[in-house]
Formats: sequence, C-alpha cells, structure tokens
Amino acid sequence: MRLTSAALRLQVESALAGRVASPFRLREPEPTPTAPVGIPTLDESTGGLPRGSLTEIYGPVSTGKTSILLSALAGRTTNAEVCALVDAQDAFDPSCAQAAGVSLQRLLWIRCHGLDQAFRSTDLLLHGGGFGLIAMDLSDVPARLVRQIPLNVWFRLRRAVESTPTILLVLSQESNAKTCASLVLRLEKESAAWSLQCRKNASRIVHTPSCLLDGWTNAAEIVRSRMQRASSSPHHQRTGAIAACEDSKDRVRFALGSASIPLPARHRQSQAEPARVIPFSELEKERMQNPG
Amino acid sequence: MAFGAIFVPNFTVQAVLRSEPELGVRPLALIDGPPPTYRVVSLNHLAALLGVTVGMTKAAATQFPGVEIRPIAKVQEVAAHSALLDVAWSFSPRVENAAPDTVLVDLSGLTTLLGSYENIAMTIVSKCSEVGLTVQVAVSVNVETARVVARSLPGATVIPQGHEAKYLETLPVTMLSLSQELSEVFERWGVKTCKALASLPVISLSECVGQEGVRLHAIASGKGMRSLVVAELAHSFEESLELDDAVEELEPLSFLLGRLLDQLCVRLVARSLAIRAVHLQFELEPAFEDAFDSTSVFVRTRQFPGIYACTLELPVPSRDSKLLLKLVRLRLQSTLPKAPIQKIRLTAEPAHTRVTQGGLFVPEVPDPEKLELTIARIANVVGENNVGSPQLLDSHRPDSFRMQRFSVPSTPSPALETKSETKIAFRAYRPPVLAKIKLRGARPIHADFLGRFGDVIHASGPWRTSGDWWEDDPWQQDAWDLELAFPYETPPAQGLYRICFDSRQKKWFVQGAYD
Repeated sequence: MRLTSAALRLQVESALAGRVASPFRLREPEPTPTAPVGIPTLDESTGGLPRGSLTEIYGPVSTGKTSILLSALAGRTTNAEVCALVDAQDAFDPSCAQAAGVSLQRLLWIRCHGLDQAFRSTDLLLHGGGFGLIAMDLSDVPARLVRQIPLNVWFRLRRAVESTPTILLVLSQESNAKTCASLVLRLEKESAAWSLQCRKNASRIVHTPSCLLDGWTNAAEIVRSRMQRASSSPHHQRTGAIAACEDSKDRVRFALGSASIPLPARHRQSQAEPARVIPFSELEKERMQNPG
Repeated sequence: MAFGAIFVPNFTVQAVLRSEPELGVRPLALIDGPPPTYRVVSLNHLAALLGVTVGMTKAAATQFPGVEIRPIAKVQEVAAHSALLDVAWSFSPRVENAAPDTVLVDLSGLTTLLGSYENIAMTIVSKCSEVGLTVQVAVSVNVETARVVARSLPGATVIPQGHEAKYLETLPVTMLSLSQELSEVFERWGVKTCKALASLPVISLSECVGQEGVRLHAIASGKGMRSLVVAELAHSFEESLELDDAVEELEPLSFLLGRLLDQLCVRLVARSLAIRAVHLQFELEPAFEDAFDSTSVFVRTRQFPGIYACTLELPVPSRDSKLLLKLVRLRLQSTLPKAPIQKIRLTAEPAHTRVTQGGLFVPEVPDPEKLELTIARIANVVGENNVGSPQLLDSHRPDSFRMQRFSVPSTPSPALETKSETKIAFRAYRPPVLAKIKLRGARPIHADFLGRFGDVIHASGPWRTSGDWWEDDPWQQDAWDLELAFPYETPPAQGLYRICFDSRQKKWFVQGAYD
C-alpha cells in the first residue's frame, strides 16, 4: 500500500509522540557563547574566544601571543571569573600582567617545568571545573617537543572542555591541536616602533625598567574558525555540521603599546614630581659621605 | 529540671574498639601493670565467655586460644572521653565531667526542642553510637539517681519524678562508687542493695561511718540532690592511635588516617563546627643513627623516636572526611616520613561552618573544596611552591614577587582602569640567560645567547637601575631593549628582547622577550 507523504509524516509523528516533540522540525544549533579578547579588531573578526572549546594561538616569538593572553585574562578576571595559567616554561611576568589589568588574586598560576607537567595540570584543572579561562602557555617549549604530543591528548582536552563555560587557550610556536581547536589564530610581527634610541638617566616615572620600546604592530590570521563557518554557511547550519574553514584567510592587524608598569607602593605618592636619577658614581660618593 | 547521665560500660575496652572496630568480633583482653607482671585489667564479653578473668596474668591469658591481648591505650581513652564530652555538649552547654566513663548533662528545657525525655535519651544513645561508643543513659530530676541508674541499667532509662527510690531499691550498693573501707563495712553489715542502705537509720549511720555514710544514704533513698559542676567547654579536637606494628606504606597509613578523620569529623559535626586546619604528628620508629653508614666504627646507638609533623590548612572550613583524607594523602605522597610510623596524632583546628549566599548573576567560580583538591593534586605534580597566586613585592628589583596560597576571593575585583590599547607583554627567562654581547661604542650590535646569534636591528637604552645596596643582596644593572634578527636560522627569525648588564657580576644577561 502506498502512503502519501502527509500520511507517512502523520504515522511517524504518532509513533514518536511523547518521545520526540517535533521530529520534522529543524533544530537550530545553539550559538557558541564567546568572551571578548579585549582587542577590538580581533574581537570583530573572530567574534571572541569560544567557551567550551579549544582556541589555539601560535606564532614565533614577539608576535603578540602573550599580549593577547594577558588581554583575555584581564577581561575575564575583571568580570569576576577565576582563571588559571599553566605556564610550561615559567615565563609569566606578574608585574606586566598587573599592568595589563589582570587581577592577580583571581589568577591561579602553575609554574611547570616541562610539557608533561603542563598537560597533566591542564587536565586536572579542566576536570576540577569552575574556571572562566584556562590558558596553557607552550610558547617557549621547543616546537619539536610539542609536535610529539599525540593527537589523542588534544582530543582529550577538547572533550574535557566541551559542555563547560571554560575557554581553553593554548599558546605555542606552531599549530598542533589541528581539528581539536575551534579557533586557530596565526600571528606575525610586522613592525616595531622605537621613539627613543638612547635613554640615559631618564625619569623613573615614565617607564619602568627597560621598557624602552614604544610598541609594535602584529597581524593575526584566522586559520580556523568553527563559529565563523557556522554563522556564515547556511548549508552547515541546516545540517548542524560545523566544519573548519581552512580556506578562510582573514587577516587582522592590531597594535601593542608600551607597558607602563605601576611603581611600588612607596613611590606612588611622589609620582607627580619627576624624580632625578642620580648616577652611580654620585650615589657611591653620597654613601661614603653619609653611611647612615 | 532534669538531668541525664551518660555512662560508657567497659570504657577501656570501648576506647580500644573505637579505634580498631575489627577487634569487636574477637575475644579481647587488655593488660596493664609493671613489666613483666602484666595482668588483665579489662576484657570484652567474648573473652569472658572463654574464661579469661580480670586480674589474670598475661601468661595465663595467652593460654586461651584466639584471645587478642593488648596493652591499655591511654591516648585512645582520652580521645574516647573527649568524644563523649562532645556528644554531651551537642545537647547542652551545662555538662559535668564526672568520670572518664561518665558525663552528666543538664537537660532542662530541651523537651520543647527535642521532644520527650525518652526521645532525648534515645538520641543521646544514637549520637554516642556515631562516635563509636555504646552507652547507657538515664534521665532523672536527681543527678545522683541518674548517675547510679545509668551505671546499672542498659539502654536508655527515664525515671519519673517521685519514683527514684523504686528504681534504686534493687540496685547493688556497690553502684554508689563506695570506698574500699565502706564497701567492707557494708559487706560486714549484710547491706547489699540500695534499699537495704536506705532503710538504715541516718543518725546511727552517721555515728558509725561519718558524713560519707549520710551522703550515700541520701543517694540510695533517691534524695541526694546536688547541682552540676559545669565543665569548661573544650575547643581542642584530637585523635590519637598507637600502633603495635609500625606502618611504613601509604596505603595502610591512609586507612588509619581515614578512620581518625572520620572520628574527628563526627565529633565536630556534633558540635556544629568544621575543620579549618589539621595538624598531623607522627611518632617515628627509632632508628640507628649510623644504620646506613658502613664506615662508622662507633657502637650503634638507638636514637630517640623522630617526630614528623605537617599542617594541612583549608581555605574554607570543611567537615568532609573523604576530602580531608584525599588532601592528607596528597600531602603525604610528596613528603612521606622516612621511618615507619608507630604513633599517629591528629589535631583539628575548629572553625564555624561556611555560610554563603550564591548570586544568580555572578559568574561560576570553582567550588572551594574541589579547588583545594585540584590544587593539591597539581602541587603533587609541579611542586607545592609552584602553584598559587602571584603577589608583587614592594620593590624595584626585577622579577620581584612571591607565590601565595590561591583561594577564590569572596569580594569582587577592584575596578581597574579601562585600557585603551593592549599593552606589550613580557616573557621572563628564569633565571636570566647568560649572553655574549658585542658592543660598538656603548651600544650593542650583536647578541649571542642560547646558541643563537642575533644582529641588533634596533636598540634602546640603557635603563640604569639599582637597589638594596643597604642589604646583603644588592643589585645594579643597565637594561636595553633590542630588536634582534637571526639571519642564520631557517627561516630567518626576529625578536624583541630585554638584555641587561649586571654591573656587579660584569656580565650580560637576557632577561626575557617581549611578546
């Protein structure tokens, strides 16, 4: 007996009644919640860092990876979230982070010495839960070592962060997480700005020790973004499948400014007055004259 | 007004069974006395069924097959007594510490809160059972009557007002805690029960045995009224265990620790408190000083037992014994004592339980107890000093910070000024990397570090700083920011670095890179 499509549909619906609310209705995929990086140009192009996903930022040294990390940490900690930084080579600079706006009280810093410690710590943090952002900084680890991490480790991390409100951010020199990452950014250094070639006996108020560099410009290339493809391709929305956009080559430029690290508490009151830096020879002379 | 008496029958045996419940199904005899003439001082009913009696020598007791013979454990008796007091304090602050095995509680006014006196008595029995003690409870308007009845009748007994003499009349006079002298006198007189004692003329009794006889007469008649001698509320929670065989492995040790932590938590729950910190103290087996020194020619001398102590502090008070055991295990995994343990002492610092009101619109933060466990696990991986929250020091010295214990702040972060632009971040090399710097005039033109050879594209500096010259550890340096190109690498790389010339060591170092 041949059934008409309407009758067939009715039959299926009645068979699934009570179990499936509307079997022939397309369920819209829920948009992935994101959190802003804190760099407007990057936020516009990427939509922010996806929660419950792995984000990978890679590039050589001095391309702005750590600056992006600090910016994201500042945003999350200001939002009263608790963040964790798994520092594979113990390279995090707390004074720089505080200058970038990171609330250090809300940051759990894990100083690892090696990849094994870093991955084990990240795994424990992800399973502990409750963090707004967990960053794994592998920037200073030799790329050949990170390359040896089996792909199933990355899958394990992706699986652990899924269905949680946590952002898992990985910084490295090369892309390693492959398809496990929902957002992959490749960074490049473009140009540095030097306003000052030589500074002798400069005021302590303007810059902190040796931040004589004024800034530099970097470029970020979106290598993979599942959110972007999901929102742009109607086909993928319909089927619910989200594919990586390998062909997407969005390039974003962003500038980094000079860091002015806050002075220690005992010097804050005298910030208005420029301090005179006394050469060492004079200091030694003063000390000899007045040892007390 | 009503008073309750809580009595622990066979207290010394129960104190041991509380720490080692598995002994409850075996005949157990406790011995004491000057060595080598140990005698049985207490035993359980299984040992009594076999024929072991109090006063028997140790040698005689060992003739009975299957009898477990243990020395009496004073520390466990103290812990059991403290647990008994904690249960009493959980009902009323007015508690008299009458004897190691007996406490008296003022139950006045509790009927509105806990129901009838029968209910209260049954609740006391069940609470004592939770701390590992089987007790006998009696409730009466007369303190002494309650005490005598509790020592004599099993389970929970409530004596109605005016019927005290009826409950006491059949009880033996020895239940009145007589002195040896009075006991012999009453035995000579043929006075065996309280009824017999109560029937004696008071004046004659006073003439024969003095005022003590009058007091005992009043108690035996159910008329010996007195007020409680209230004990001061104790704030120390301690559990101890002496081991016959020293423990070396973590697994059996954690089994014992788990049992002690359970007991501590039950005691704290009874007092509506939680644990803020746990102090562990292990008495280690004495070792020979030169045990591992083959070159030593001296006579081997046995050293005093070593003490291992550590403290586990919790960010928020907890009374979850499983969580505490996990944290203690993680702590011991990293620093296990180097000798077998023969005595364990756990002391809990009490605190009031955490009361928090969660907000509907605040971001999710890690659960403090779960976070503590996660941090402890991570500390086991990376080292305890490598986990925490950085705290900047009030100093100009580069890289001056210290690690502090991480806990989720309860107050919101102070509002930070909004940054218009993203700041340059710095990555530190710890310790700074030694570098060879080639100078032209005073300016760096070439840098060689970590096996990399870089040409200086741009340089800015020097930034001259010094400090702490008044201390033992002064510092003095000239810092430069360099843009380096590495033309000999494939692909050619570039980077922004901070280098410094240490004026004291007369050496160049790379402090880190800008990223």
